[in-house]
Amino acid sequence: MHHWKLICPLEDIPRQGSRIVRPQDGDDIAVFRTADDAVFALHDKCPHKGGPLSQGLVHGHKVTCPLHGWNIGLEDGQAVAPDVGHCDRFEVKVENGQVYLAL
Amino acid sequence: MQKPRLVLIGNGMAGVRTVEELLKIAPDRYEITIFGAEPHPNYNRILLSPVLAGEMQVREIVLNELDWYAENGIRLHVGKEVVRIDRVARKVIASDGTEAAYDRLLIATGSTPFMLPVPGNDLAGVIGYRDIKDTDEMIDAATRYRHAVVIGGGLLGLEAANGLKLRGMDVTVVHLGPWLLERQLDEVAGRMLQKSLEDKGLKFLLQKQTEALLPGEGGRVAGVRFKDGMQIPAELVVMAAGIRPNYALAEKSGIYCNRGIVVNDTMQTYDPKVYAVGECVSHRGIAYGLVAPLFEQAKVAANHLASYGIGRYSGSVTSTKLKVTGIDLFSAGEYMGGDGTEEIVLNDPHGGVYKKLVLKENKLVGGVMYGDTADGPWYFQLLKDGRDIHEIRDSLIFGQSRVGDVGHAGKNKAAEMSDSAEVCGCNGVTKGCIVKAIKEKGLFTLDEVKKHTKAASSCGSCAGLVEQILAATIGGAYTPAASDKKPVCACTEHSHQTVRTAIRDLKLTSKEEVFSALNWSTVDGCDKCRPAVNYYLISTWPHLAKDDPQSRLINERSHANIQKDGTYSVVPRMWGGLTSPAELRAIADVAEKYQVPTVKMTGGARVDLLGIKKEDLPNVWADLNAAGMVSGHAYGKSIRTVKTCVGAEHCRFGTQKSMDMGIKLERMLFDMYAPHKVKLAVSGCPRNCAEAGIKDVGVIGVDSGYELYVGGNGGIKTEVAQFLCKVTSDEEVMEYAGAFLQLYREEGWYLERTCHYLERVGLDYVKGRIVEDEEGRKLLQQRLLDSLAHARDPWESSREPQPVKQFIPIVPITVDA
Ligand code: SRM
Ligand SMILES: Cc1cc2nc3c(=O)[nH]c(=O)nc-3n(C[C@H](O)[C@H](O)[C@H](O)COP(=O)(O)OP(=O)(O)OC[C@H]3O[C@@H](n4cnc5c(N)ncnc54)[C@H](O)[C@@H]3O)c2cc1C
Ligand code: SF4
Ligand code: FES
Repeated sequence: MHHWKLICPLEDIPRQGSRIVRPQDGDDIAVFRTADDAVFALHDKCPHKGGPLSQGLVHGHKVTCPLHGWNIGLEDGQAVAPDVGHCDRFEVKVENGQVYLAL
Repeated sequence: MQKPRLVLIGNGMAGVRTVEELLKIAPDRYEITIFGAEPHPNYNRILLSPVLAGEMQVREIVLNELDWYAENGIRLHVGKEVVRIDRVARKVIASDGTEAAYDRLLIATGSTPFMLPVPGNDLAGVIGYRDIKDTDEMIDAATRYRHAVVIGGGLLGLEAANGLKLRGMDVTVVHLGPWLLERQLDEVAGRMLQKSLEDKGLKFLLQKQTEALLPGEGGRVAGVRFKDGMQIPAELVVMAAGIRPNYALAEKSGIYCNRGIVVNDTMQTYDPKVYAVGECVSHRGIAYGLVAPLFEQAKVAANHLASYGIGRYSGSVTSTKLKVTGIDLFSAGEYMGGDGTEEIVLNDPHGGVYKKLVLKENKLVGGVMYGDTADGPWYFQLLKDGRDIHEIRDSLIFGQSRVGDVGHAGKNKAAEMSDSAEVCGCNGVTKGCIVKAIKEKGLFTLDEVKKHTKAASSCGSCAGLVEQILAATIGGAYTPAASDKKPVCACTEHSHQTVRTAIRDLKLTSKEEVFSALNWSTVDGCDKCRPAVNYYLISTWPHLAKDDPQSRLINERSHANIQKDGTYSVVPRMWGGLTSPAELRAIADVAEKYQVPTVKMTGGARVDLLGIKKEDLPNVWADLNAAGMVSGHAYGKSIRTVKTCVGAEHCRFGTQKSMDMGIKLERMLFDMYAPHKVKLAVSGCPRNCAEAGIKDVGVIGVDSGYELYVGGNGGIKTEVAQFLCKVTSDEEVMEYAGAFLQLYREEGWYLERTCHYLERVGLDYVKGRIVEDEEGRKLLQQRLLDSLAHARDPWESSREPQPVKQFIPIVPITVDA
């Protein structure tokens, strides 16, 4: 079951950037906005050593972790080869310019 | 619409590499068919030597599995030799009658071993050393016979002999020359090599001319007879006396050949529909016998097959490495010397080391190393870069490692390292792991190794070591690109220099313009090129190009250093290392108010507040700003610190007011971004308590003024700063230091520290621009001041409503949607 939560207007997330969403219970979630205005959400924890992916550099549909440079696919949360690892993803949608996250 | 058809003859290293390059840039352009005479998919021929030596299995050296061909829609005919090319009907015909029509034809038929024209050369047991079949035959012979003779004491012959010996045969190497590798080594070194191979159990017959191979029972070879009448037993004879380009097929079909298929700089033959690459071609009169040049040819051919029409092949300098475990031999370029060349030779027969460097007009053009090849890749890079070496000539022969890289002390001889030795101290990658990846994954370049093993991908100080391991593992197949040709990253073919030049000459002012003008392969770059391009834009067009925060790495975006746990550290600026009770009180208040877990003095002589939560940063800055403090830029590719000693203000030896000078410099440079971080120091006298000798710009006070030093580095590789000039006034210090830093800002490549920049362009060049050209110097200094005219404390500007948002986490709101 999806419970959509309102996050923020799309403009509040910089293009090729991200914002941290902090649910009342649970870990931080990174919400990314790519150059082509697609929006993705991942657990804000790199599969390598837990780096905050929200602080990474966004390029294409990927983010580079700020700590040791792993690349994580935003669509599936998988580390890009040769690295191996997985990061949980969350459903997101944009409606009328507002970003919603399924929690 | 039907796609044009591309047919490749020769399923070997050069041909398939061309197809790979083509698929990378134009995946759907052709319908591709490949014919290969051998019954195997493409494999790494150079690793036949470790296979013969029993160090690897055939299945481990396959480069492209059958699946690869299928996945890329390539029709593959293995075990089918093409016997005819019908250029009128534009089709090829194989021995079994299979035909394939082409619109473009690529010939990559390699070469064949040269079989000495002596009686008996067609007996059973007489073979060349070229393919899996030959290797299998040798392995098989080793289980059944005792005596092997290898004719030819070149690299290939020695590798064959070594392998057969390891498989238990009694091996004699017959060589016509007076000593081994007489073209690469002089007599002393040749004898040293022979001695170490003899220690491994090999026998040598030098200056022997083979007269006949003698048949034994059942028509198999049984012995070798020489011109001088001597006769030795041999049930296996390996001919390694050279290779001949395999161009018979092409010649028969009327394509112009002259000791190879003649091609132009775009790898086209005289029939423009027909391309050729690899050992079968003759380019500007040269037929190459090593992999690295063939790969360069492959790139050019692919580019033209894809109709991109850029890229020309203009020949290669090559290097080779003997792949016999435990023996270090490396040669590169014109190692023979010749007209107009000079030689520097280091010869230590007892230590087992021989080095010869060949110079021409102050450039390195060739070299041979035996016993200690640690510096081989470095020399080869100097050679490819065509660098003027006169400044380092007196110490050149001693290699690069006069000053060691920290972090892998003493371990700078790749060949001697054990498999478990750690090469990359940052990522914990061992030599064994790197060698395994190179072999199994078929890696040929430093970048590929970085990608697959992570070695050398963090601080990079082990890159040289990794290159040595590459060279030792794949021999001459390894080649560094000339520094100014190395692509910025996988998104582009262009080098840092090309990108810099294009931004200036084409007046590009945004990353989008750069990516489109230079045909970037990705829409918005990657974490390597975006920060570089952003820096080039803002440093070239300071007031025109807009800084793009999203192209900066996190530290520069959040004006603080990210820590391993995701918190940040904050370092307020202390001009020239000076502080005051009020500043210290404000720092103490901040530390208490935000519960900062660690307060530490940095190596840059100021205070670090470590472990601050991201959302607290704007408030911490507000408090520090209120006490008059600004960002220390401890996080940026920017001005860091100007360290000072107490100087003439207090010290009994001080000749100049170093604190005052330091503060003036730091204020001038505030908020200056550069290709990499920049550190300065000012000492009041030559006792140099501020350690100016390892700074990007070091200033040392003397009685008559100041001595200026540039290009020092105290980091990964300690580099002592070089003397630039002497000046007399504080104003001159600012002018010269500012001009030098501006030159570096305009010409340095991203992530190149001043020491690397200086190594690349040479101190003479910098002196020419800074010391000898007064007008140029003043202009440089002026451009620096112009671009810093609107410098603002990033802590202050980041507290404005838009940027501050990034620091504040969002709390989700429940909605019905
Ligand atoms: C804080 C400090 C260590 C300390 O506690 O003393 C420090 C901390 C870091 N240094 Fe450093 N360096 C610090 C002084 C130095 C010095 C000494 C100096 O400045 O006098 C050096 C050698 C001098 C030099 O640079 O030539 C130094 C050479 C490096 C290097 C190697 C640079 C090189 O060119 O070889 C790196 C890696 C890099 O920049 O790529 C590095 C990188 C780092 C980073 C930023 C690593 C990172 O990317 O996260 C460290 C951040 C740690 C953190 O958790 O915040 N740090 N670092 C020092 C801050 C000085 C300051 O006040 O700004
Ligand atoms: C034992 C050994 C060790 C080596 N070590 C090194 C080294 O350390 N470093 C280095 O740089 N180089 C080394 N080399 C050389 C390197 O392997 C060659 O330079 C490289 O393989 C040449 O590539 P190519 O594509 O031109 O030819 P090949 O790789 O030989 O490919 C040509 C292919 O075409 C096929 N063919 C020929 N005619 C036809 C036809 N009519 N129809 C269909 N198929 C045909 C052949 O069977 C062959 O498979 C070594 C070579 C050997 C044999
Ligand atoms: S502070 Fe510098 S030396 Fe210390 S661990 Fe970090 S990068 Fe390495
Ligand atoms: S924690 Fe992300 S790369 Fe190491």
